[in-house]
Amino acid sequence: MQKPMQHTITVLVENKPGVLARVAGLFARRGFNIESLAVSITEDPTISRMTIVVTGDDSTLQQINKQTDKLIDVIKVIDYSGVPIVERELAMIKVNAEPSRRAEIMQIVDIFRAKIIDISETTFTIEVTGSVAKVDAIERLLSPFGITEVVRTGKIAMARGEITAMSQINNNSG
Amino acid sequence: MRMNGANALVQSLVDHGVEVIFGIPGGVMIPIYDALYDRKDIRNILMRHEQGAAHAADGYARATGKVGVCFATSGPGATNLVTGIATAQMDSIPILAVTGQCRTTVIGKDAFQEADITGITMPITKHNYLIKDPADIPRVIAEALYIARTGRPGPVLVDVPMDMSLAEVDYEPVHEVKIRSYSPEIEIDDKAIDKAVELIERSERPVLYVGGGVIASGASEELLALSEKTHILVTTTLLGKGAIPETHPHSLGMLGMHGTAYANHAVHNCDLLIAVGARFDDRVTGKLAAFAKKAKVIHVDIDPAEIGKTVPADVAIVGDCKEVLKRLAERVKPRVETDWNKQIMKWRNEYPLVCPTDEDRLLPQCVIAKIWELTKGEVIVVTDVGQHQMFTALHYKVTKPRHFLSSGGLGTMGFGLPAAIGAQVGCPNKTVVLICGDGGFQMTIQELAPAVEHKLPIKICLINNRYLGMVRQWQELFWNGRYSGVDISVQPDFVKLADAYGAAGFRVEKPSEVEPTFKKALEINDRPTIIDFVVHREENVFPMIPAGGTIEEMMVNRPK
Repeated sequence: MQKPMQHTITVLVENKPGVLARVAGLFARRGFNIESLAVSITEDPTISRMTIVVTGDDSTLQQINKQTDKLIDVIKVIDYSGVPIVERELAMIKVNAEPSRRAEIMQIVDIFRAKIIDISETTFTIEVTGSVAKVDAIERLLSPFGITEVVRTGKIAMARGEITAMSQINNNSG
Repeated sequence: MRMNGANALVQSLVDHGVEVIFGIPGGVMIPIYDALYDRKDIRNILMRHEQGAAHAADGYARATGKVGVCFATSGPGATNLVTGIATAQMDSIPILAVTGQCRTTVIGKDAFQEADITGITMPITKHNYLIKDPADIPRVIAEALYIARTGRPGPVLVDVPMDMSLAEVDYEPVHEVKIRSYSPEIEIDDKAIDKAVELIERSERPVLYVGGGVIASGASEELLALSEKTHILVTTTLLGKGAIPETHPHSLGMLGMHGTAYANHAVHNCDLLIAVGARFDDRVTGKLAAFAKKAKVIHVDIDPAEIGKTVPADVAIVGDCKEVLKRLAERVKPRVETDWNKQIMKWRNEYPLVCPTDEDRLLPQCVIAKIWELTKGEVIVVTDVGQHQMFTALHYKVTKPRHFLSSGGLGTMGFGLPAAIGAQVGCPNKTVVLICGDGGFQMTIQELAPAVEHKLPIKICLINNRYLGMVRQWQELFWNGRYSGVDISVQPDFVKLADAYGAAGFRVEKPSEVEPTFKKALEINDRPTIIDFVVHREENVFPMIPAGGTIEEMMVNRPK
């Protein structure tokens, strides 16, 4: 038995109402685990793009790809396993920031090239962008100060180099 | 041409060759039913419950190969379709369900008879639509019919809000459908064919395992050609019955939980399993780890997601079974009968499928064997779900595709009668024989009314054991005979019931009465006939492999 691994897939879908429900519903009823899901419109306004991080062994991943591809509104499923990609996630972290500890927090923010985007008498709200691992790391380092709220967008990803998702639409299976 | 959305919908159906729909109107369906009122080129079979409408459309599709169409109103009408749609989805049957919906202005406000039917049916349709612009109606109907019948067929639902039906549109017939995200035409990989041919030629003990996909793609001739050229014997799933004539010496009948012992032995011992249009259902495989474990697997399916879903394939061929089988038959070298064929014949002689001889008691399997004798596979046989279904699968030899209609995947009790109506409407010149349990019959019994209304001469053979027999069988075998919730001996007098509905009715209690009564039923051509076969109550279906079991646990006869 293979170990479950994290995989990043990109799903290009018709930009129509209900498509997110179709994809999410499929994952739920077939028992596929979604770690994160990010959706937005693309350079073509009729197409939306989902970046989904899933866990599973190879055969599960194959099923995920094929079953997702079968949905009529899904234009293309692109599996980024083994493909060099750039990936980013954005997070906002609200952390306790008593005046006495602010310098320490600001140092961490600097090192991570994050930003303080809101400040109150007792808190900072920090914006950080980067790989999932980087966001995890700053979250860990800030936790001793007392994190009161975290929101993360989920990962978005693109292949490195010239390859685009759109250019793969007409390749093989549709 | 200017017309309202309801007329555009009906015109679209007619333009795409739809001749009959099965349905029931309701408040928001009145415009659509009004559009049907003056038409001579499309008729409505008014069912008595929407579940019946969906099953009738399904039976029509299974018997004719065309898309079956059903109509229901919003809310409860639409939710009543759900069982029928799920049945079609599980068995890959092309149906189109058109549902009324409350006006778009009140959708989401819990309006009267509002139900989110596109949401509800998302997991049980191949695709569905909610009309939000009346101008979309012709295109959506064209797409829906196209999606339902192409690729791996399946049910499609179109939800039509009342204001969309009433709005005026310019009607232009849609001749060509192009959906960028859906391309059912699959190019067959020639290299995969080569690999499959090589595996077949290298194998010593091959078996063909054939499912409903072969029926759906109309590949029976190609299957027979391959089998005859190579002397590879064929076992089918429940839905594959009729893919090869079961009277043919190459047919091993059905495999699986209630399959023939020889089919199961063949599959268990084969070194190459050629799966065509079949999906390794748990009722076929039993314990997966022990299923055909000595075999390499060639898996042919039009749906790429079926490959490797339950059983890994050594060679996968994605494509239409008809074309794949044709190419395999062309390329593979002829082979003669081998020791393997002899071995299978030995199993066939060792564990023959025979009806017990009993002159006093009426046994269900003997009734079915007699019906086979009297019809020889020349009729369309429809079943419901349960013991009678498995007895029919074992003892009724189907000789042609689309002549055995049964709910396999979902196992829907209540399927039989409305599906038989659909089949008889679709094939008016054929004899339709429904073999049905007394439990399932009572789940959709109200559909006797449309059967009488339309003078459908369906022969309804009730295998009446006054039990929910399959559950009782499991309780007998695996639950210490604790018959909980299965005794349905309080039931109507089915002969009087036939009379009450205006159908013909007979009762058969002795083996000697089976033949004359069934022959009498064959003569009645202006109404349905119910034959109430009052059978021995506690007969069990054998062979049987317990759920999740292996061939070692197969019971060929009742355990002592």
